[in-house]
Amino acid sequence: MFEGYTLGEIGSIFAMQGFAGLILFSVFVLMALGLAIIFGQMGVINMAHGEFMILGAYVTFVTSNVFADSMPALFGGYFFVAMVLAFFIAAGVGAFVEWAMIRHLYHRPLDTLLATWGLSLILQQIFRSVFGAREVGVTLPDWLMGSFGLTDLIEVPINGLFVMALTLLISFVVYLILFRSRWGSQSRAVVQNRAMAGAVGIDTGRMDRLTFALGCGIAGVAGSAFTMIGSTGPTAGQLYIVDTFLVVVFGGAQSLLGTIASAFVISQSQSTMEFFLSGSMAKVLTLLTVVVILMLRPQGLFSLKLRR
Amino acid sequence: MTTPQTATAERSFWIGFTILAALILLVLPLMLDVFRLNLVGRYLTYAFVAVGLVLCWGYGGILSLGQGVFFGLGGYCLAMFLKLESSTPEATAIQSTPGIPDFMDWNQITALPWFWEPFKSLPVALIAIVVVPAVFAYVIGVAMFKRRVGGVYFAIITQAIAAIMTILIIGQQGYTGGINGITDLRTLLGWDIRTDSAKTILYFVNALLLLATLVLARWILTSRLGRILVAMRGKEDRVRFSGYSVANFKIFVFCVAAAMSGIGGAMFTLQFGFMSPSFVGIVPSIEMVIFAAVGGRLSILGAVYGALIVNWAKSIFSEAFPELWLLAMGGLFIAVVMAFPNGLAGLYSVYVAPMLPRIRAWAMSTRGLPARDTDGQISKPGVTHAR
Repeated sequence: MFEGYTLGEIGSIFAMQGFAGLILFSVFVLMALGLAIIFGQMGVINMAHGEFMILGAYVTFVTSNVFADSMPALFGGYFFVAMVLAFFIAAGVGAFVEWAMIRHLYHRPLDTLLATWGLSLILQQIFRSVFGAREVGVTLPDWLMGSFGLTDLIEVPINGLFVMALTLLISFVVYLILFRSRWGSQSRAVVQNRAMAGAVGIDTGRMDRLTFALGCGIAGVAGSAFTMIGSTGPTAGQLYIVDTFLVVVFGGAQSLLGTIASAFVISQSQSTMEFFLSGSMAKVLTLLTVVVILMLRPQGLFSLKLRR
Repeated sequence: MTTPQTATAERSFWIGFTILAALILLVLPLMLDVFRLNLVGRYLTYAFVAVGLVLCWGYGGILSLGQGVFFGLGGYCLAMFLKLESSTPEATAIQSTPGIPDFMDWNQITALPWFWEPFKSLPVALIAIVVVPAVFAYVIGVAMFKRRVGGVYFAIITQAIAAIMTILIIGQQGYTGGINGITDLRTLLGWDIRTDSAKTILYFVNALLLLATLVLARWILTSRLGRILVAMRGKEDRVRFSGYSVANFKIFVFCVAAAMSGIGGAMFTLQFGFMSPSFVGIVPSIEMVIFAAVGGRLSILGAVYGALIVNWAKSIFSEAFPELWLLAMGGLFIAVVMAFPNGLAGLYSVYVAPMLPRIRAWAMSTRGLPARDTDGQISKPGVTHAR
């Protein structure tokens, strides 16, 4: 397999694949963080999670068009506005969905799954009616284009680096919100013991809504970040949903750190295998390995020690 | 034990069964032309899956989002046999390797892969239709249920399996026909399955098999096994503490559901002459759940109606208003969960069934006959049959 390559070239190949894996890792982390909050913390199976990401992506698309049309001078900075908008719009839709649908179904997890699947179909159709069936892409501002070469053989695309930095930032913010803020401790209290949390004066219904909205908002930001590295179509959300759920379950549903670790493992193994096998077989092997490991160790890689 | 209630339930099931049998064996064939009848036949193949889902989801509490995998496995087993039959060396003489299926030749494969070899024989293929999905389900079931994985995790893992299966089939197109699937199937033991008369015959074979499946499902549900399933759904721990192996019952019912789906897939292949990964993936698998949910997750007869009605609505909608179909389907998912969780069968038993005795009484009185008691059943005190 390696005939004709020098050692340096092989090293560069692994470095490039490793970097591609890091971008995939960032994508997985962004996708999974929101779901880890909704599914891992709240136990709600949100099959429409992918559609919330696509919502964020379309918000970014619209924002970039608005900036390009009306204030081209500020075009370089549109992305930051888009990200904030994506967060709040996705969170708003999420809060509405929680109020209208999810809160009636907390004790019926399997039914939540079906209902949110229905929601995902409706959102897909809305996207298709509004934005058309074709995939759309955003124009990247100049400063995000191109790449810089570390060596002759290793080139690092700037948009990839940007997405990675964004992932770090978002993970850190989520950590601050959930583990360092008063709101976060209330939210975790509701998750761990609803009755006691209610008894000490936390409005559990409101916490549920806000936590769900936070998860959806992060999905929106993730979608916004995706526009940096790929195009967006109305049904793209469905493609992500299996990966996302597997990342969350594989990491151990209750553990955010586990989610990040499992995103790392899955993305690195997939991108490394992609070099040796065809893309589809790499994906099959990765998913299959994850499924087999989950069958052997259903609690995931990192599980909190809970008394059930 | 036969109590008045179970006797009534028994009787109303068989009445419902007779009505359904009359509908699919008499009414629909008389009303519809061959093309439409063939479509109904397609919906009925999904009904196999829906009946299986009523058993494992409605009664067993196991929601599988991967039933399309078993549907596909059954379908592919038969499709492989049919493909080999139509790929005789004479029929494929223009290929660089005659005697192998055309898509293999297109993908530069020069010999029949080993796992295709057994499917040269019809008996093997027929057995495989039931056994392959059941064995696959058994492997999944043992791995999951023995470790007490259930509910949501099971649903997610089966969904992942459906995704893996689709990617695998599409990726390995030299061995599986890829995204187009195995197409252009013409004959079964020399009998042309594409003619109108063959399609009509296959419709009836399909319908009879479905009715047999319903009888089997009913038999399972009324046996002690069915009661354990219901008990498990209610309080799994209590059943376990009573000394039953919960995992084994779950594995069993999951395998039965898989085998039923496999038969449905095989009947699909026979009636339509192809099988493709578009029946295996996440979307078709979850749609099959909605058939069962609309019909009523606790009613095996309802599942058949659910499959018929949802698919019929789908073909009407997607012909007339293609852009509305996804909205309608999504709304249906939400409505069936939020508003009527027991589906059509639930609506029937809440709104229609209580009116039946009154209607019957009214019909009797207009004919000057004495009305019978409310459930039309005269219970015999002192006569109970212990099982």
